[in-house]
Amino acid sequence: MRRVLSVFLFLCLVVGTTGCGGGGQTTTGKFTIGMVTDVGGLNDQSFNQSAWAGITKVKNEQKADIKALESKRDEDYIPNLTRFAREGRSITWAIGFKLDKALTDVSNSFANQKFGIVDSNLGGKIPKNVVAVTFKEHEGSFIMGALAGLKTKTNKVGFLGGVTSPLIQKFEAGYKAGVKAANPNAEVITAYAESFGDATKGRSLSKNMFNSGADIIFQASGGTGKGLFDEVKTREAGKYWAIGVDMDQSFLAPKHTLSSMIKRVDKAVYDISKQTKENKAPMGKQVEFGLKENGVGYPESTKNFVDENVIKQLEDYKQQIISGKIKVPSSL
Amino acid sequence: MKNTTLKQNRNSALLTSILSILLGIIVGAILMLLAGYNPLVAYQALLGSAILQPFDLGETIRTTSPLIFIGLAVALAFRTGLFNIGVEGQYIVGSLTAYLVAAKVSLPTGIHALVAVVAGGLAGAAWAALPGLLKAFRGVHEVIISIMMNFIALYFSNVLVRTWLAVGKDSTDKIPPTASLRIGSLSQLFAGARIHMGIILALLAVFVFYYLLWKTKLGYQLRAVGYNRHAAEYAGISVRRNIVLSFLLSGFLAGLAGATELLGTSEYIAIQDAFIGIGFDGIAVALLGANAPVGVVLSALLFGVLTYGGGNMQFVAGVPFEIIRVVFAAIIFFVAAKISFRWGNRKKGKAYA
Repeated sequence: MRRVLSVFLFLCLVVGTTGCGGGGQTTTGKFTIGMVTDVGGLNDQSFNQSAWAGITKVKNEQKADIKALESKRDEDYIPNLTRFAREGRSITWAIGFKLDKALTDVSNSFANQKFGIVDSNLGGKIPKNVVAVTFKEHEGSFIMGALAGLKTKTNKVGFLGGVTSPLIQKFEAGYKAGVKAANPNAEVITAYAESFGDATKGRSLSKNMFNSGADIIFQASGGTGKGLFDEVKTREAGKYWAIGVDMDQSFLAPKHTLSSMIKRVDKAVYDISKQTKENKAPMGKQVEFGLKENGVGYPESTKNFVDENVIKQLEDYKQQIISGKIKVPSSL
Repeated sequence: MKNTTLKQNRNSALLTSILSILLGIIVGAILMLLAGYNPLVAYQALLGSAILQPFDLGETIRTTSPLIFIGLAVALAFRTGLFNIGVEGQYIVGSLTAYLVAAKVSLPTGIHALVAVVAGGLAGAAWAALPGLLKAFRGVHEVIISIMMNFIALYFSNVLVRTWLAVGKDSTDKIPPTASLRIGSLSQLFAGARIHMGIILALLAVFVFYYLLWKTKLGYQLRAVGYNRHAAEYAGISVRRNIVLSFLLSGFLAGLAGATELLGTSEYIAIQDAFIGIGFDGIAVALLGANAPVGVVLSALLFGVLTYGGGNMQFVAGVPFEIIRVVFAAIIFFVAAKISFRWGNRKKGKAYA
């Protein structure tokens, strides 16, 4: 019993001496943004990082007060979103489809607060105080497919997917359509790692695809895709190529990266945050970012290894997609 | 003479725990200073936020309840001289089974939740049975087997979610409200926090744990096997039977942790890339709590406050959450550094009891 008592007393002491401050400061009058990452964290070289870049830009241009909270477990999503909502942030961003259920809950409890989510449309049921941002990955993937179709020497190209899911199949469908449009004789082989974080598996799958005759592989597999770059680096430059995803990944294998399908999460988050400030954000709606909105595309570094007339053809495809002449399938 | 030794041991266990906590907090503070943060502001944010507002208090209790279950699970195995590092896997299987019962069976409110909780516990026990049996009858080291069982549980759960429970999605739908452990009025009391019946069940489990180990014949046997396997055998206690039983009970508690977390906190299963690490937290809780019922509750509370408050520390003081994990690790390091010394004394001291 004495032990119980002393531990209790000790705990009281700790609480007592360190005091009890630390409440949320009020943020009235100022434009404020909160961002909650998924378990990937801020420096995930993917959408969290990109979203934070967009929010940082808002801060620099609009003098906004910004803050990010990294989630360590799925259980953290609700408390993290609640912290921002309670503080009265002008808009709170939930980054990644993993936060969809948590955001639905929190946005219902804080009906007067504004929220945004990236990569999910909340199953179509978007609350009035939430804006859902999604991307037309199939359009960007179509361009990558066309590039692969035009550049392949073996008439065989590969696709490395993360987890079999509607999202990744969107990439695959667009890519396949692009290859077919640019080079009807080319064949596409696919492999799924069933993980977004297994670079070793990504490497062995890439190796198999290269060995079976593919000379270009497009990856849409998160951290698994690092394996593709590890593998392609060991092969002859100028003969074997990788195509990256989400951001310009040419730094992973500078001599072997043909291009990357970039997803401008930063631009989307920036645009919507700015619109929120001007009270023009499309709350309660889903906003899709495609080629037309410059939400997907390819980076400058593509010009390193792709000559002008090929780029011209890609731009031509892009215009045809924007004008609606080409309809890119979003599922297999 | 005997009494004084006993008292000394008890005091030294308490002293070890308190010293370790203090040293752990100091290590965290030093790290913060080195990284350019103000430790006072950080710890203030941590403690203040974890308990002062109803929502935060509710969430802290929510964070604490599975830690109590898991801490008890590890402590029970420790008491029998076993190291159940497989609690993480038993936790996963427990929550998976609870989800299946919740989503695939329909029962009236309340009974549904109860059946799902018990099913989760039984699944955890079943998952722990294999390492227990192998340890008892083949002498296979329980640590290796249960670590492997953890991986099997993790990937098995992922495969089920991916191919059956939520095809083409990252996570399942939420469980029907009939199976939920949340109670509307309780949540309202805590400003909508996800506090749920799990804490009541956890405290109940603490009492059962105490009663079982110190007031029943079975408990005496379990502890006897833990103190000295050979002496217990010589005294006519079946060591094998008690090893298996210890694993079953430990797995049951871990399964309950998983089930209550699923039915009360998350209410859905998501594909997990890696372990959430609750098993290791449980080992920490048991070590710091000296495998005693009240010790486990208090250390679970401490870790609950640190875990939940750590998020707020990041929020208010900008200190990365990793610092809190370092504090965790440091506390355990200091406890473990003394544990051999205490363990040796304890055997001598407690043998009279």
